[in-house]
Amino acid sequence: MDLPFGKLSAKTVSVISKSLSGKRIAVTGSTGFLGTALVERLLRSVPDCELVLLVRPNRRNSAERRVQREIFRNDAFDTLRSQWDEDFDEICERRVSVISGDVTSEGLGLNQTEQQLFASCDVVIHSAAAVSFDSPLDSSIEINLLGPNRILDVLKHASATPHLISVSTCYVAGNRRGDANEEFLAGTPLQVDVDWRAEVEAARRTRADLDARSRIPEQLSTFRQGAREELGAAGVPMLAAKTEQLRKGWVNDQMVEAGRSRATSLGWPDVYTYSKALGETALVELHGDIPVSVVRPSIIESAWAEPSPGWIRGFRMAEPLIVSFAKGELNTFPGYPEGLLDVIPVDMVAAAIIAVAAKGPAEQPEVFQVASGSTNPLRFKKFLDTAMEWFREHPVYDANGHPTAGTEWKYAGSSGLEEQLQRVVKAFDIAAKIINRLPIRGENSFTSKFAERRRNLDQIKGYVEIYGAYGKCEALYGIERTLSLWNSLPPEDQREFGFDPSVIDWHHYITEVHLPTVVVQARVKTSPEKRTGPSRSERLRGAVLDSERQFAAFDLENTLIASNVVESYAWLATRHLGTRKRIEFTLRTLSETPGLWRRDKRDRTDFLRYFYQRYKGASVDQLEVDVAEMFSELILIKSFPAGLRRVRDHRAAGHKTVLITGALDVAVEPLRPLFDHIIAASIDRRNGKLTGEMLAVPPTGEVRAQLMVKWAEQNGLNPAQGVAYADSASDLPMLEAVGYPVAVNPETRLVTIAEKRGWLTENWPKTAGAPKPVLPMGQRPSLSNAHEGAH
Amino acid sequence: MTARRGLVLDVDRTTPPIVFHHGEGFRFEKLPVGSRVIYPNEPLEPLEDVDSAIRHALANPLGDSPPLDALLTPGMKLTIAFDDISLPLPQMQAPDIRGRIIEQVLDLAAASGVDDVHLIAALALHRRMTEAELRHAVGDRVYDAFAPNGQLYNFDAEDPEGLTHLGETDHGEEVVISKRAVESDLIVYVNINLVSMDGGHKSVATGLSGYAALRHHHNVHTMRHSKSFMDQEKSELHTKNWRQGRLIQEAGVKIFQIETTLNNDTFPSPWDFLQKREWEMTAKDRVMLIGTKKVLDKIPRRSARSIFQGIRAPFGLTSIQAGEVEAVHEVTTANVYKQHLVRVEGQTDILSMGLPYLGPYNVNSIMNPILVACLGLGYFFNFYKGKPLVREGGVVIMSHPTPWEFHPVHHPSYIDFFEEVLADSTNPETIEQKYEKRYAEDEWYRHLYRTSYAYHGVHPFYMWYWCSHALEHVGQVIVVGGDRRAVKRMGFRSATTMRDALEMATDVVGRDPTLTHIHNPPVLMADVV
Repeated sequence: MDLPFGKLSAKTVSVISKSLSGKRIAVTGSTGFLGTALVERLLRSVPDCELVLLVRPNRRNSAERRVQREIFRNDAFDTLRSQWDEDFDEICERRVSVISGDVTSEGLGLNQTEQQLFASCDVVIHSAAAVSFDSPLDSSIEINLLGPNRILDVLKHASATPHLISVSTCYVAGNRRGDANEEFLAGTPLQVDVDWRAEVEAARRTRADLDARSRIPEQLSTFRQGAREELGAAGVPMLAAKTEQLRKGWVNDQMVEAGRSRATSLGWPDVYTYSKALGETALVELHGDIPVSVVRPSIIESAWAEPSPGWIRGFRMAEPLIVSFAKGELNTFPGYPEGLLDVIPVDMVAAAIIAVAAKGPAEQPEVFQVASGSTNPLRFKKFLDTAMEWFREHPVYDANGHPTAGTEWKYAGSSGLEEQLQRVVKAFDIAAKIINRLPIRGENSFTSKFAERRRNLDQIKGYVEIYGAYGKCEALYGIERTLSLWNSLPPEDQREFGFDPSVIDWHHYITEVHLPTVVVQARVKTSPEKRTGPSRSERLRGAVLDSERQFAAFDLENTLIASNVVESYAWLATRHLGTRKRIEFTLRTLSETPGLWRRDKRDRTDFLRYFYQRYKGASVDQLEVDVAEMFSELILIKSFPAGLRRVRDHRAAGHKTVLITGALDVAVEPLRPLFDHIIAASIDRRNGKLTGEMLAVPPTGEVRAQLMVKWAEQNGLNPAQGVAYADSASDLPMLEAVGYPVAVNPETRLVTIAEKRGWLTENWPKTAGAPKPVLPMGQRPSLSNAHEGAH
Repeated sequence: MTARRGLVLDVDRTTPPIVFHHGEGFRFEKLPVGSRVIYPNEPLEPLEDVDSAIRHALANPLGDSPPLDALLTPGMKLTIAFDDISLPLPQMQAPDIRGRIIEQVLDLAAASGVDDVHLIAALALHRRMTEAELRHAVGDRVYDAFAPNGQLYNFDAEDPEGLTHLGETDHGEEVVISKRAVESDLIVYVNINLVSMDGGHKSVATGLSGYAALRHHHNVHTMRHSKSFMDQEKSELHTKNWRQGRLIQEAGVKIFQIETTLNNDTFPSPWDFLQKREWEMTAKDRVMLIGTKKVLDKIPRRSARSIFQGIRAPFGLTSIQAGEVEAVHEVTTANVYKQHLVRVEGQTDILSMGLPYLGPYNVNSIMNPILVACLGLGYFFNFYKGKPLVREGGVVIMSHPTPWEFHPVHHPSYIDFFEEVLADSTNPETIEQKYEKRYAEDEWYRHLYRTSYAYHGVHPFYMWYWCSHALEHVGQVIVVGGDRRAVKRMGFRSATTMRDALEMATDVVGRDPTLTHIHNPPVLMADVV
């Protein structure tokens, strides 16, 4: 049997392999796009090196687990897996050590031993970064500016002097035209003279200031108002949680804004480049004895050849825009046709970094730029025309199987486009506010479509804002030093570690390499076939009715019937009045509706207490007789047959069913055969008459959730195996309390929430053709119906 | 003047467009030259003195039965059962014949000192009648005298305390009827025999019975062997009902059967143009017809529906007979045939029919798609004696808007049947085996049938079984002017116009097919020779 990498080592006569052979290399940011490519490349092409990966554990996974899941299981490793076969895990384990740490913590969050291990490396490749262009100011600063410093600190502390290669970006050059060469910018006229320490201080202070500002009473009441607008009368705990979430969100948004404005005020397109640029400055200032190289790629895109042509991780720069265009959502590009799109395939960047590592450091920190613009420029027009041509041959299809390709690209300076989008977004927001206030529901999924369009728009607007800056960037990034490194390499190395961008045939790259991967990554439909197999809703419906579920809880109003407590009351109260009085009464009650509705929106419990006082003095016996008729004449006529069917489907599946409603217990009694248990509002009785006083807090908002969970627990049922059906955001506590929430005919707020969380949404209509009583009036019996059917 | 007999018109170039019923509206169809149109007999002369006729019938019973007053004794238990809201169609103008008969029966009972009287609407698995409907059927006087004491009520086929199992026929058919009826010393059953399947032993054996007994003949096999169920000599349904009825008699349940026949004077003014043959319409009739159609096409269906449901037929009583069930029914059937039978020579390739707004199960309600199918393929198709009007493998063309609409109170199980059962299969046997029991025994449907105004859970199945003879016999069913989704759901084909439908039919029956249109209502029954 061959040694796992015997074949490789036999063939390799490269200086890179030789120089790095047996070396220990630390890598930060290995779970990222570039990081993964680096790790794979080092393991495959530098046979004898060892790797130490500094990985931040996240909420779900430890560092080790992240390495397994996010790095080794990535398709970048397909080649190595098949090459090493069953030895793959063993080799990885032997050559790769994982230490759990974080570049935002002092000492990188490492213990003494781990710090020792880290510092014992011969090369440290720092590629961890907050690459998002809209990170909050302080987190960009912590990662991008202070990250390299913390690495220096750990190394200095251990008196180690490995070669530190810090990955930066060409765009540290900022928004300018003309040549941008491989040099540090601090202290040159090309960069504003700012004190990076002061920037750090200011960023931290800004966070504290904004946090304080978010807590002043006016702000807090705005958040509370916002929470109420979003959730309606969802009960105190849920509103409080939402309010706090909005407050934190606000602070964060302000920090993002602070980042953006600070960066632009100093001439950088965004907070990423700003913090990266200052990071370089700090690194040069503080590196001391530690030899430092900086590698600046331009826009990193899918691989040219290694580990496989087109390999990409995540959704990169321009792709979202391209896909939006292909889907016909956008027809204007934020940039100029002759603008430069400085793209560099990821494998070239990885190779360049490895070459720099192999070459070793110079006395003074050196900059290597890896970019295509100066030697093999790609213009926007060329890129977009080629893309368009490709999409014409490979159209994207919508859900109905119709091709959706857009027309011609138009170009707009991104600011024009931004303004245009801004106007649309504003119109949408105004419409949304109105819709939220209207009593319309998820029928015809109008509200749902609206919410979806709004989200798309948000996304596109975000991309345009962010990428627009790059689209307008007209600097030319020189790569002399990188090229001279390339030219110094023997042919074997040039074959194995290609990073000369002039070899790229852009047409081939776009049509054969890049776009085919992009459409896969974006998960767009590339064939007109109707999707086979169950749809998402069908799957969710299947899950909801699965025999593993234990119970189903139903709200009543607008979930099972299109009626409400006011209508029922009007019906019952008018049943024994003369015609004229009945009409008068009904109109009077209906005229109060807007007021009642406001009261209801504010606090449902309060509304019910207020409203149910009207039942004071009603005879219980009479009410029971009347309710039996109301069942046929109001409730069933306004029922949603699909809803009633669903209740029975649950029973057929062996689930317990429970009705939870703020309606009066007497009034929902005819529905009892559908449910194992009914939780309803109850009015105290004295001498056969209702007192109008409620015995307990009516089941609304969070009380509903509590009563449901209590009932479930008393019956040995697990809420995680429960299903809940409701129509309004005020039912959120109940919906959230179960494992399988279902939004029924949801009001606009709930549509948004349900879609975000992937909940099943049902639109249950009334029966077409059902009689439509003009007014909810009881039909006057000429005789007491008490006797009918009694025999 | 005696009424003119019905006729078979051969369509020629001078034949005016034929008026097709089309739900709550009409269509005018110019039929191909050479087509046949079957017109009903004109209404028979009604009896002049209804009350005397009733009195005479009660005093002069048929068969082996004493006069009614001889059967009434002090202290006895008397139960008067009467046909429910499904008869007659449309509801008749007040006073309803049932009320007039019941008044006389009650007078005799009172004269004989009978106190223990119950009046039961014999609705089997139909929906309960509302107070207004009961009042219309029996009259206010009877209603006010009996309903408040709980002596007038709807039959409840799901009352566990209310039924008695009388045994099984020699063919294993269970016989279960109203306990009150069994315990009574006499049952007086008041029938309206609108069509030839009504009455006879079916009155008590079906009307006062429930699922356990009905399933023995309300099933696919029976309906496929009833050719047709309107023809007693060839109806398996009839045979089974008769076996059950005889067992009831043998068990000692005493029945005094009263049967009535009505003429087919169906449409009152201003709808009387619907009683006329097209070429005999006056200018006024034509103006009314076209004007009405224009209005009906414009207004919402809901409004058209309430206009049509308001129609009360001016039916005239043509006969009344009372006494022993079978003897009475023989005379009744002859009288029904006298009004309905029209002689037709030979079968046709294509049978067309204009379906009206009303069938037995949507009085004061909505004609949902299942009821449309049942009216066309169950009732109209089976209005034959001898051979079906359409040849085997032929095509039935029905004209009806067939909206995807249901009455949520009256037809809840129909909604689920349409959404769940028909979505799965339209094959009557498959449906029967796979779904019937579940729907029949469903707690919720049972609750709605007993406490609200819903047809029994199993009822939509019966509607579909009613079609099973036709579905087996014909090659294709085309609905003209129907809701495409609803029509498709039932396995039928949609056509926008009669012309398109005929074109589609040629795929099945070949070029130059024969076409026969059945001009119904007023009701007619084809005697195909």
